[in-house]
Amino acid sequence: MTQTLSRESEGTRIPEVPSRAPISLVLSDFRVLIGRNIKHITRNPEMLLQAVSLPIVLLLLFRFMFGPAINVTGMAYIDYLLPGLLAVSIGFNSTSTVVGVASDLTNGLVERFRSMPMSAPAVLVGHVVAGMLRSLVSFVIMVAIGFAIGFRPGGGLLGWLGAIGLLVLFSAGVFWLAVLLGSVAKTVEGAGGLGMILVFVPYASSALVPTAQMPGVLRVIVDNQPFTVLMDAVRALMNGTEVGGTAWLALVWWGAITALAAYLATRKFRRRAKG
Amino acid sequence: MVTGYAIEARGLRKSYGDVDVLEGVDLSVERGTMFALLGPNGAGKTTTVRILSTLLEADGGTVTVNGHDVAGRTRKVREQIGLTGQDTAVDELLTGRENLEMMARLFHLPTAKAKTRAVELLAQFDLVEAADRPVKTYSGGMRRRLDLAISLITAPPVLFLDEPTTGLDPRSRAAMWDAIRELLDGGTTILLTTQYLDEADQLADRIAVIDKGRVVAEGTAGELKRQVGTERLKLTFAGAAEAERAHRITGGVRADETVSVAIDHSAQVRRVLNQVADGGLEITGLDLSEPTLDDVFHTLTSTAGENR
Repeated sequence: MTQTLSRESEGTRIPEVPSRAPISLVLSDFRVLIGRNIKHITRNPEMLLQAVSLPIVLLLLFRFMFGPAINVTGMAYIDYLLPGLLAVSIGFNSTSTVVGVASDLTNGLVERFRSMPMSAPAVLVGHVVAGMLRSLVSFVIMVAIGFAIGFRPGGGLLGWLGAIGLLVLFSAGVFWLAVLLGSVAKTVEGAGGLGMILVFVPYASSALVPTAQMPGVLRVIVDNQPFTVLMDAVRALMNGTEVGGTAWLALVWWGAITALAAYLATRKFRRRAKG
Repeated sequence: MVTGYAIEARGLRKSYGDVDVLEGVDLSVERGTMFALLGPNGAGKTTTVRILSTLLEADGGTVTVNGHDVAGRTRKVREQIGLTGQDTAVDELLTGRENLEMMARLFHLPTAKAKTRAVELLAQFDLVEAADRPVKTYSGGMRRRLDLAISLITAPPVLFLDEPTTGLDPRSRAAMWDAIRELLDGGTTILLTTQYLDEADQLADRIAVIDKGRVVAEGTAGELKRQVGTERLKLTFAGAAEAERAHRITGGVRADETVSVAIDHSAQVRRVLNQVADGGLEITGLDLSEPTLDDVFHTLTSTAGENR
């Protein structure tokens, strides 16, 4: 008793650690770390610029150079292309998250967090949410540019809401996958390499060209991989064409991927952090 | 529950696969004192600190920090400790102030308190001017000070410092020492690891020499020095080969081209000098002095002489 008092008399006021309910503490940790990752976006505008510029280059390239040679039935090529590129851009955006998580794990920051009475997975939540916000920025930019170069989708408000809802779920899945890859990577350089998975897999889809002309086996794979399912659903919703069951299928796919990736990433992260 | 010890470890064991990193480490650190864990690289210092600070689970043994069992009451322990690891664990893209505020919020201080605490610590660690610059522009010494400031946000009663001055230039090192002494004056219990003997000598009340996962000696700097004789005769030779032969003849401790021999009695000096002369070795330098921790270290750690 006297010992603790003598510490206070030294002039340094000891801040009390308030004892709130754990859930509100966890939410507070989430808020703080989401804020941290959002600050990273503003401190490092090159990163955002890079993440947005490649999909824009692709958009312009395919709209004006390759587009005239590609035939899609039932809609203008730009209306076909843009929804797919939105998904590609989210994958591209996630690479810096893979690197960010790996660098937190290797530079001692996570070690410090672990010695503190806080929620360790909050670090991952911060990365995921900030990544999704970054994707929102590139979404807005791409749709705006799309409208400027002839994107005229025929979907109604409900279709758009559905499409945006699916894209939000999809980006949650992609960023949890990114966070999982970042937790698995042994080094920051390795993380850069692993992140490429999320750049290239979306290309093996219906993003740029319809799958109808693809050879048999490839077509079966591409048609059924979750990126294609998502793009087909978003495309149909935005354009107001026949959606069929793809929207539900996309919902199930990406709901499951998000849940599984979040579970695995959190588990892996806890283990890694324990060293 | 209230013992005089802020940190007590009994029989700590840890192995990675076949490699035994800790082979039964015992430590007792009295409240309000500084305890140094001194040892070469790979001796088990960092592993010990990581176990004491809840980052790592021991394979065997018990640890209490301020009376709380580290295994059972991890969260309680975490509220009472501060840790500065070997890496400076700060966010490079944020400013010094933002780092402090973020960490304070993660210690669950209310926002307003987090801000005032950041201001206090920036002043205490001489970082006011750099407060609003991103940390990536900081020098090594500034980073370490920020790192130390972060571990003091809650004014924890127990502080772990894992090699706090490794890689710093002499001036930053002295500044760090001053900061650490101030904390000690404020009543904080500090456990420090270091490979620098002078650091342990300068700062610590008690020192444990750790080597190959065992505590090979423990005591005050004075006690440890006494273990290696009241005085040391240091002989310098023309080369390491000569020194090695002198080491064989006299049984003294060799470091490069010097050999130092414990002297308890003045007659021993003549005997040692005669032994060396009989061996046909020429002495280029000679010094009789109080033993330093260096001598203690080289005498006690098995890596001394042969492999270094």
